[in-house]
Amino acid sequence: MKTERKLEKQARTVRSGYLYILSLALSASRDTAKMDLNMDSNAPHSMGTTIIGVTYNGGVVLGADSRTSTGMYVANRASDKITQLTDNVYVCRSGSAADSQVVSDYVRYFLHQHTIQLGQPATVKVAANLIRLLSYNNKNMLETGLIVGGWDKYEGGKIFGIPLGGTLIEQPFAIGGSGSSYLYGFFDQAWKEGMTKDEAEQLVVKAVSLAIARDGASGGVVRTVVINSEGVTRNFYPGDKLQLWHEELEPQNSLLDILNSPTPEPMNI
Amino acid sequence: MQFMASKQPENSLLGPESDSQRTLYPYVTGTSVVALKYKDGILMAADMGGSYGSTLRYKSVERMKPIGKHSLLGASGEISDFQEILHYLDELILYDNMWDDGNSLGPKEVHNYLTRVMYNRRNKFNPLWNSLVLGGVKNGQKYLGTVSMIGVNFEDNHVATGFGNHLARPILRQEWHENLSFEDGVRLLEKCMRVLLYRDRSAINKLQIAKITEEGSTISQPYSLKTYWEFSAFANPAQGAVGS
Repeated sequence: MKTERKLEKQARTVRSGYLYILSLALSASRDTAKMDLNMDSNAPHSMGTTIIGVTYNGGVVLGADSRTSTGMYVANRASDKITQLTDNVYVCRSGSAADSQVVSDYVRYFLHQHTIQLGQPATVKVAANLIRLLSYNNKNMLETGLIVGGWDKYEGGKIFGIPLGGTLIEQPFAIGGSGSSYLYGFFDQAWKEGMTKDEAEQLVVKAVSLAIARDGASGGVVRTVVINSEGVTRNFYPGDKLQLWHEELEPQNSLLDILNSPTPEPMNI
Repeated sequence: MQFMASKQPENSLLGPESDSQRTLYPYVTGTSVVALKYKDGILMAADMGGSYGSTLRYKSVERMKPIGKHSLLGASGEISDFQEILHYLDELILYDNMWDDGNSLGPKEVHNYLTRVMYNRRNKFNPLWNSLVLGGVKNGQKYLGTVSMIGVNFEDNHVATGFGNHLARPILRQEWHENLSFEDGVRLLEKCMRVLLYRDRSAINKLQIAKITEEGSTISQPYSLKTYWEFSAFANPAQGAVGS
């Protein structure tokens, strides 16, 4: 039974890869898309991206990769998946680009009104609950996993994960998107309570970089957003400035530089 | 992020999806809940896992919550639906309190309310994907009931959901008796939870035990159970086996 399921799963992945390309070419793409989704129907399927949110003593650090893919093509290699909801609350988006954008837009609109009525900045919890309501009440139609992170004066830095289905879960750190599969073990080992801002940011950059190394649906640059009582800081780590991992080589301008260098490079197999 | 078309095909006989919801599938799920009546009230146990398919994704999910003064609710299945049920019950308890008539909803009434909610949703082909365990004590009367996602409901001296039905209930049938002490009740639940830990793939080793009595309810801190692996047949499985 297990081998049958394994073969079926392999067949599914091959088919869905082929069908993605087909669905781009055909305008009446819905039949093939439905076949795709029927095949995936019972196991939750991961979505192209790596997103992370981490609390530290004093605030939160949000991180994400920058790859948006349509099937096998990289539509945008420098997208910004960390979106502002209010001055003090941001959201990391994964899954369907359209779904996650429209949900953030609605919540930004609601929070704007809520802030005016409240007379002070909205709390992270309120922002997260609004996201949850939209995700839960439209669960049949949406495919987006979100991580809400921010800072407010009542509870300090907070991270809320809102996966498919609309469960709201507060966590000291959250990971999401297809790249997160490769990070569960990493975080089990590397996460600790009470990190400093720099430790937290380095952890996030390292983690996104590791996920990019192994996940085809993640890539590009690492963007981070640090939110604390002092405000919000955006950071940018270009792909070629990240640490090299296993079997990755130092980037060169050309082979000619290697050939012409004074000491021949040892062969890396 | 992937570019995805909407989930309905062009030739579907269904109406616009925004009008109604059809049967869903669960995403983040909790596994078994086990509960039993004991001398002073009800004891209930559940682990703190939230699985995402086969991944053990969340490990600090509280799947048991107190309801009003007299009841305790434990849930397995889709966590987002459980959170929604808690919102409904918040409203129910609030309205009950607002009567300010000295009366309060007991476990039997809450169980009946949940049964109606679950069955009505099932009839509309839009179930709340949970199996619920509702236990409590009111005026000395102990009550323990369960409702499934299709509205099957009953009360008993001991109940379980999910895998617990297959693994825990036989143990409870053998070893449960009237007027269990608190210690015996806890040990019996732990025996069930340990078996579930060995044999249920979606179980995690981090659980809570909740107690409700006439005085009120408490939910224990999260803790882990010791497991036993030192059977010689485990250490040397192939000993004496031909050709293995």
